[in-house]
Amino acid sequence: MSEVIDWIAANNVALILAIPFATSLLLLCLPGYRLSARLNAGSAFLTLLAALSLFIHKPAPGSYLLVDDLNIVFIVLNTLVGFTTSVFSASYIAHELEIGRLTTVQLRFYHAMYQILLFAMNLALLANNIGLMWVAIELATLTTVLMVGIYQTHEALEAAWKYFILGSVGIALALFGTILVYMAARPVVGEGPDGMIWTVLIGHAAALDPALLNLAFVFLLLGYGTKVGLAPLHAWLPDAHAEGPTPISAVLSGLLLNVALHAVLRFKLLLAANPGAIAPGPLMATMGLVSLIFAGFMLYRRRDIKRLFAYSSIEHMGIIAFAFGIGGPLANFAGLLHMTMHSLTKSAIFFAVGHIAQAKGTQKLADLRGLTVSHPLLGWGLVAGVVAIAGMPPFGIFMSEFLVVSSTFARQPLLAIPLVIGLLFAFGALMLRLQGVAFGEPSGHSEPVKASYLPLATHLMLVLIAGIYLPPPLVAWFQHVARLLH
Amino acid sequence: MDKFAFDIAHFLAGSLVLVSLLLLYQDRLSALLNVFAFQAVVLALSVSWQAYVQGAPHLYLTAAIALIVKAIVIPVALHRMIRRLGIHREVETALNVGTTMLAGLALVALSIVVVLRVTADAGTLAREDLAFALSVVLLGLLMMVTRRNAVSQVVGFMSLENGLILAATGAKGMPFVVEISVAFSVLVAFIVIGIFLFRIRECFDTVDLQALDDLRERRG
Repeated sequence: MSEVIDWIAANNVALILAIPFATSLLLLCLPGYRLSARLNAGSAFLTLLAALSLFIHKPAPGSYLLVDDLNIVFIVLNTLVGFTTSVFSASYIAHELEIGRLTTVQLRFYHAMYQILLFAMNLALLANNIGLMWVAIELATLTTVLMVGIYQTHEALEAAWKYFILGSVGIALALFGTILVYMAARPVVGEGPDGMIWTVLIGHAAALDPALLNLAFVFLLLGYGTKVGLAPLHAWLPDAHAEGPTPISAVLSGLLLNVALHAVLRFKLLLAANPGAIAPGPLMATMGLVSLIFAGFMLYRRRDIKRLFAYSSIEHMGIIAFAFGIGGPLANFAGLLHMTMHSLTKSAIFFAVGHIAQAKGTQKLADLRGLTVSHPLLGWGLVAGVVAIAGMPPFGIFMSEFLVVSSTFARQPLLAIPLVIGLLFAFGALMLRLQGVAFGEPSGHSEPVKASYLPLATHLMLVLIAGIYLPPPLVAWFQHVARLLH
Repeated sequence: MDKFAFDIAHFLAGSLVLVSLLLLYQDRLSALLNVFAFQAVVLALSVSWQAYVQGAPHLYLTAAIALIVKAIVIPVALHRMIRRLGIHREVETALNVGTTMLAGLALVALSIVVVLRVTADAGTLAREDLAFALSVVLLGLLMMVTRRNAVSQVVGFMSLENGLILAATGAKGMPFVVEISVAFSVLVAFIVIGIFLFRIRECFDTVDLQALDDLRERRG
């Protein structure tokens, strides 16, 4: 047994990439959907194990791949939610097949794409080369575009189209920024691949041309910021989340936004290490604050339950970008914690929402009433999720939001006022909607679904435990990363 | 680098900006596609010149991709598509030509001012290439936001991407240039298939013309 663990630990980085890639090829050939769904979950579990072994053995950075203290958090979170979502997906997809919304051919494609998406996200997180990171994020975008359009309804195709156009503009801007970073590095580290290797860049950060770096960061923030879903570049997000299959909404909200954020953080580090460059924080904080307040207001006018939680994702990515923008050990710690909690909670909410929409046959908020009576487990699961995402104790998001607010008070007291107003607005909107959806007389048609409660319960338990007791090693780890981020 | 090589590079990059401006005021889809194909030819020439001057053989591959995919395959595919959908004579009512051209010129001026100011230390060729490349990128963006038709949005995107390839080849010794142009080609291929599916559904699924108009309104 210990030999197996040693072997996994020695090859963990290769395994994190190879397992999803090989599985996707295999899934393309497999006809049966039951077997595919199991294989999908099994392979995601193995990837999670490989990712966990990063804690035991951290390989030295190569010229393409890198494991450091920053991305290890992202990778473990990515593979964990990737696994639980694949478990949820298995039961969700079975129902979609039963009611004929998806065909077996589409499912084969869906499963293969799911693994490619996991592969692309892991690659983007592991990349030590800013060009490779860009290519991986583009691959992730492509796969999600294809999956958003998978139902082939008018709305789904239109959502996919919008995502395509905005996402492509975003990655194009990010590429221009990447080229500028290379040009800034060329006089210092010389021509060729070295100018794109992250560890080399950060080592020479102080010597890079600050004017070029500034210009590059603006493009990178706008480009990758589109993918994070920051206002005013968020327009693709609500449509894409609302029209695609729910497991995809869960991974989009829970993971892909984080991957893009990770890219922004890398470049923020680069600028922060250069004395002549502008401070990247205020730009991020402004975009974050605008997203939070904008989404807080937009939440009141939603009529579709998945669209509601898509806007809630914009709100929370705003909070996270704001926290990292404020900077300092406490705010960075709060940002990391909030990102983790948001990923877990938001995907839990989408697990509940997916089964609820299947049971009621609709996503319209007006037709969803009294869920705690008609579907007690799902209904209460949703209540717990919404209470958590709204930032109420005892859940983990309460703690991270509290830390964001208090660190803002400490560093930028004036900014705390709009921050708190935005948080309160969003809170009010979510409570208002929850009231109608969860309680009261059940109405409309409803049918039993074979739901998988385990992923939902696991996520909510983790968020609850984090709210009550954070294990000291985790705190120490996050503090260490927060100091790295300045 | 000798003056002649520099002049040629400069001439080709400048032509790319000019063709981008030409793209802005085409109001028929088939003419737009022809101008775009011409832009791709200019890009291919510019990239091969860079490959020759820098002694970087892998850039010839990028030039070949630009020539085959962007100057031939995609324009031909789009031509056939718009003819089958019966929209090749469609006249677009974008912003009026005068306003668009003024906005375009302003963007070119902006990118030259911005880039020349921040790249004082970089080599002359690199910084002027970069200024031209940024102009092409911004003109592509302008086209994407001022056009309503999906086909011309794609052309806007592809011309934006031509600017990026120009920037990447101008940055001497940059790795991944070939990979990036392949990645973009795949992306564009998917986009083209995407519009095709979208337009086909639009044409055959909905018989109600008002619904079609509404959809166009909403998409715009």
